[in-house]
Amino acid sequence: MAWFRRSTTGVTTQPKLEVPEGLWHKCPSCKAALLTSELKDNQYVCSKCNYHLRIGSKEYFEILFDRQKFLERDSDLVAADPLGFVDTKPYLDRVKAARAKSGLNDAIRTASGTVEGVELVVTCMDFDFIGGSMGSVMGEKIARAADYACATQTPLLIISKSGGARMMEAAFSLMQLAKTSARLSLLADAGVPYISLMTDPTTGGVTASFAMLGDFNLAEPGALIGFAGPRVIRETIGKDLPKGFQTSEFLLEHGFLDKIVDRKDLRKTIAQILRLLKD
Amino acid sequence: MHFLEFEKPIQELHEELQRLKGIHAKGKTDLSSAINELEDKFTAERNILYSRLTGWQRVQVSRHPERPYTLFYAENTCTDFLEIHGDRVFRDDKAIVGGFARLDGKTVMIIGHQKGINTKMRQYRNFGMANPEGYRKALRLMKMAEKFGKPIITFIDTPGAYPGLEAEERGQAEAIARNIQEMMRLKVPVICLIVGEGASGGAIGIGVGNMVYMLENTWYSVISPESCSSILWRNWDHKEQAAEALQLTADKMKGHGLIDGIIPEPPGGAHSDPKAMADILRRHLISALSKFEGWSPSQLVTSRIEKFSSMGIFQTI
Repeated sequence: MAWFRRSTTGVTTQPKLEVPEGLWHKCPSCKAALLTSELKDNQYVCSKCNYHLRIGSKEYFEILFDRQKFLERDSDLVAADPLGFVDTKPYLDRVKAARAKSGLNDAIRTASGTVEGVELVVTCMDFDFIGGSMGSVMGEKIARAADYACATQTPLLIISKSGGARMMEAAFSLMQLAKTSARLSLLADAGVPYISLMTDPTTGGVTASFAMLGDFNLAEPGALIGFAGPRVIRETIGKDLPKGFQTSEFLLEHGFLDKIVDRKDLRKTIAQILRLLKD
Repeated sequence: MHFLEFEKPIQELHEELQRLKGIHAKGKTDLSSAINELEDKFTAERNILYSRLTGWQRVQVSRHPERPYTLFYAENTCTDFLEIHGDRVFRDDKAIVGGFARLDGKTVMIIGHQKGINTKMRQYRNFGMANPEGYRKALRLMKMAEKFGKPIITFIDTPGAYPGLEAEERGQAEAIARNIQEMMRLKVPVICLIVGEGASGGAIGIGVGNMVYMLENTWYSVISPESCSSILWRNWDHKEQAAEALQLTADKMKGHGLIDGIIPEPPGGAHSDPKAMADILRRHLISALSKFEGWSPSQLVTSRIEKFSSMGIFQTI
């Protein structure tokens, strides 16, 4: 005899509701189910745990610029293959696949526009494009952005989101550390403000050059920021890493950031900096 | 004498030579003609071997444990070397050394990575992997050289900046970034020499010069062939392939216009005759520095900035 018996009859299962693709989004941190439309309104920050989801240049430009209006610059630059690099597949095939998948030309985009009425040049990385890696295109676009900012006396914001230098361009990508720092030093000499915003993740050659050289070094909460990646460090020291190691909060504590800025306050904070330096 | 894996053929000749010399020294048999012959053969074989090194073999030569390091070059290309210490903030990093010295009668600032010459010293020098305080010491010394109008010579030989916990806490990335930018604006001539391993950020952190030269058997790239192999092929077995793909040798780097010149090493590599290597370097440095005599600070800075700004290959669509 069964232990439990249905006391009433007529209990039926409702047919499953069709959930349209992309309506819900699971927070990678707290696993809460978030309505995609609400997530977008909340600038891709989890309303439950304040986790800042990874977003790209499109979203940052929309968040930052007045009336979401901006002029994209140097969008016609794409990777060449200076070394004829082939690992498990040719470099240019990787680039082609990344371009097709992301709809972007490389891992960075530059735009100019206004933030609360103040002119600003923004270059922003896209992690979806070969891990936001820095090759010749990124170096050149940052150099040109810095030169344009210098020539027009417009402040520059670089939003970093990158695993570091692009291995497939080997020493060419290493030299972009020097190239970008060179152009930024001219911007500094001209007295034009440069703000660096580090987002999750910012590591390797990007951190070891322009990302750390801002007049203001800002970061989003909880971002991974470092020189070496956590796995390499763990293998080097043979110990587990302390909780919170290499996060924005860790860097702020150790004196390498000016401020951690929530995404909802980003536009306001950038505008505040621009106004303080302008007036 | 330490022989590398690919030097097996000449290692056997060397052992045979030592055996003959041993017998000869006892004085009972005269083997001088056989010894001479074998010596000639050894030299010829070694020169052939070294005339066609692959990328990976050059990486191995660049790491040869008997290769000379910065302190040797400081003592043997210059006179009056005075080593100075510390970053004035945290501590003295043993993996980067530096100080004033006299080259051809003129004072220069020498800065470079230092590896140890035996197991104990290798640990003491942290295998040539500097912490942030090493880069900050280097910058302090460079600023001092600038203050007194002395040219700067850097010797680069590192498997990378140290990827440690404390290094991150003290801002390894910031230290390297700061150095790159500050070196760009130094008002004195800066000559950089890759004398061994030129690994990525750890190398370029003291590698921004008006002239950047590589010794013949060195490498310079964004990553070591082993790490490149482990990332792209997911194991270390493709290091030879990675070394070729990265085009990290001096000839390839010169071909791409990423360095200014190649400095030849004595037959059999720098380690086979360190004194001769230092002689070659001294002559090279004197001539390299003479090019910048009479240059104004702004010419020095502008040409350095322009040189690095022109690096990079891309297409327009």
